[in-house]
Amino acid sequence: MSIRKSRDWFSPDYQEQERKKGVGHGLHPLDEYLREDRIPHIWCPGCGLGVILNAYLRALKDSEIPPEETAVVSGIGCSGRAAGYVNVDSFHVTHGRAIPFATGLKIGNRDLTTTVFSGDGDLFAIGGNHFIHAARRNVDFNVICVNNFNYGMTGGQAGPTTPSDAKTSTTPWGGFEQPFNLPAVAAGSGAVYVARWTTYHVEKLIESLKEALEKKGFCFIEVLSPCPTGYGRRVGLKTGKKTMKHFKENSEIKPNADPTEVALDPQDPETKIVVGKFVDREAPTYQDERGKVFEEARKKLEVE
Amino acid sequence: MTEKEKEEDSDQKCYLVETKNKEGSVCVITERCKGCEFCIDFCPVGALEQSEETTEKGYHPPKMTEGCVLCGKCEKICPEFAIHIREKGEEKKSSEEDDEEERGEWI
Amino acid sequence: MMEPGTYFMEGNTACAEGAIAAGCRFFAGYPITPASEILERLTERFPEIHGSYLQMEDELASIAAILGASWAGKKAMTATSGPGFSLMMENYGLGLMTETPCVIVNVMRGGPSTGLPTMVAQGDVNQTRWGTHGDVGVVVYAPSSPQELFDYTIKAFNTAEKYRLPVVVLSDEIVSHMTEKVEVPPKEEIEIVDRKKPEVPPEKYLPFRPDDDLVPPMANAGDGYSVHVTGLTHDEKGHPSINEKTQNMLVPRLIDKIRKNSDDILEYDEYKVEDAKKIIVAYGSVSRAAIEAVDLARERGYEVGLLRPKTIWPFPEERIYDLAREGIDDFLVAEINFGQIVYEVERCTGGAAQTYLSPRMGGNVHTPKRS
Repeated sequence: MSIRKSRDWFSPDYQEQERKKGVGHGLHPLDEYLREDRIPHIWCPGCGLGVILNAYLRALKDSEIPPEETAVVSGIGCSGRAAGYVNVDSFHVTHGRAIPFATGLKIGNRDLTTTVFSGDGDLFAIGGNHFIHAARRNVDFNVICVNNFNYGMTGGQAGPTTPSDAKTSTTPWGGFEQPFNLPAVAAGSGAVYVARWTTYHVEKLIESLKEALEKKGFCFIEVLSPCPTGYGRRVGLKTGKKTMKHFKENSEIKPNADPTEVALDPQDPETKIVVGKFVDREAPTYQDERGKVFEEARKKLEVE
Repeated sequence: MTEKEKEEDSDQKCYLVETKNKEGSVCVITERCKGCEFCIDFCPVGALEQSEETTEKGYHPPKMTEGCVLCGKCEKICPEFAIHIREKGEEKKSSEEDDEEERGEWI
Repeated sequence: MMEPGTYFMEGNTACAEGAIAAGCRFFAGYPITPASEILERLTERFPEIHGSYLQMEDELASIAAILGASWAGKKAMTATSGPGFSLMMENYGLGLMTETPCVIVNVMRGGPSTGLPTMVAQGDVNQTRWGTHGDVGVVVYAPSSPQELFDYTIKAFNTAEKYRLPVVVLSDEIVSHMTEKVEVPPKEEIEIVDRKKPEVPPEKYLPFRPDDDLVPPMANAGDGYSVHVTGLTHDEKGHPSINEKTQNMLVPRLIDKIRKNSDDILEYDEYKVEDAKKIIVAYGSVSRAAIEAVDLARERGYEVGLLRPKTIWPFPEERIYDLAREGIDDFLVAEINFGQIVYEVERCTGGAAQTYLSPRMGGNVHTPKRS
């Protein structure tokens, strides 16, 4: 297929004539959840996003939530493109505003199982304020944060999770800011489910995603992902598989660890990447609480 | 081979696998592969290796050697949805519908 | 909604009641003077009508939330003032690009920046048209009384649903805080318009393929249509399509959607214009003073009339063009800013008439004598 005859024509009728369906659509068991003319996706070879998307779709399929009752919202960035590949109602909104958009969507239609699929910069830099308030309110949706330690789509700039000494395109002399400890931010803001995995731990990730999809309340899963093109190649992890090997050799699974003690500290080479499910508790959701108060109000006003 | 498999051969390569108590195939949708080698590196028994062939975009898709136990790790770890397992269950089934049911049972 | 009847209501309250009458059941906002009363009224009324009120952490979240709620199928609204509206610009553009119906109420106050929080100005007029980046077509209403706030909020919802875009109701601090008689008609007499739904099954549905009126039918999330909505330039399926051809097909349609339908959307009022030689152009709270100014001038023998745009955008360009050629010598534009609509008027006269500006900087409205 030559580059000119790709899928970028305006009218899909024209599209149908110009080229055939997406490569091998229908062969893979998860193809029903993928938009057929958007695969292969735009992510680099060695990128972890495909693995996370794979895990998410598998969890969606196994949880048997009907696709008509699912929605995916993502922000801007490589992670933000994920919404475009999932064959459900999907929304690719502005940078950092995936969470308030998902809040409106979920409260507007409570039957939608909503997932926010976005990156570390989108969710915790520009979107940081929205994250902590949604967690505080305990709105019932899931947030998957793909943490690749940089702003990948724009070329590998430093972000709020970039390790403090890393060289990136905006810290060419080395970094000097402390990164966030994302599970601590989430747990501190009130999330009822907090977990961290890496793209190496696929089986655990799938289980965790299933739990989050079925749990009521604000669920947060951080997934560490390779980014060989944006981040990895400047810090000695030139390929995706090298980063995956790094995750494999340097992580340890510690269920129920204290979220404040799981910071990723590159200064100390002995520090392991702590993964696992850290918080899993019950709390009334925003809609439960509001429902109660409004019921009381209606009684006082003597209306139905 | 059933009619269905014949048609698919143009887009995917299926390697038949027989283990002690399972039978199935590992299928690679070659044009989706981007040569990241996750499946090759993380197969628990090292049953896959990089092939010499190239796809249209120039990547080397994986090929089967031996020792596969149909665990499904490659399917889960592939970022491109380019490799998947098809199991025939513990007995050889003849109808396609039974295949669909079996597929959901492996972990 | 409220029982039909005559009420003595504050402008902001009328706005909130108009929204409820129009079917608004979702509101997300952030407190700001002078729009906070809209939030307060709605939060009081929503329990009994099963509406959802969300106080968000900032205006950025407010507008993102109403876009989300609109896609979930609800009629959604937010209310703010100048500083908040500036924050909303990016997502206003997102709403225009993704053709999401919703209503934004901007109660103008003294600017720029924090300005005069409790005093009137009309400095956001051009911002509603040009404030978001890129080329867009917008619809903005400018009510001049609590009654009009009630009626035009309902109309804003109808236009938003009919043409699939965020509509701005541009009030100002005086109109929003004045208390006046408002007639609430019975429910049956209020026209409510709902968004067009797709009539084809999901396999055949193209979320952004327009009908003849340039508006595509809209499927909500949860209807089973697997819509993909993106702020990137997109093709008819909604998928990102980043090339010139798609941009050429999408963006002009978004602008033409309003331009070609402006006969339906455009509204203005005229007062003693038939035999006038000079016309005052005013909107919002200034137009009230302008009416009296016209009468005073007529008493003194000047032949003056008033043209009051009720939709600021689309602007009544043709009317001004025609008036300029039918013997009007001068246009006097009275607005509480340093000249925003005056440039539109000047452009529309095409040189056939003189245009003058009577500005005030904010803080108070023109007095009739001064005009």
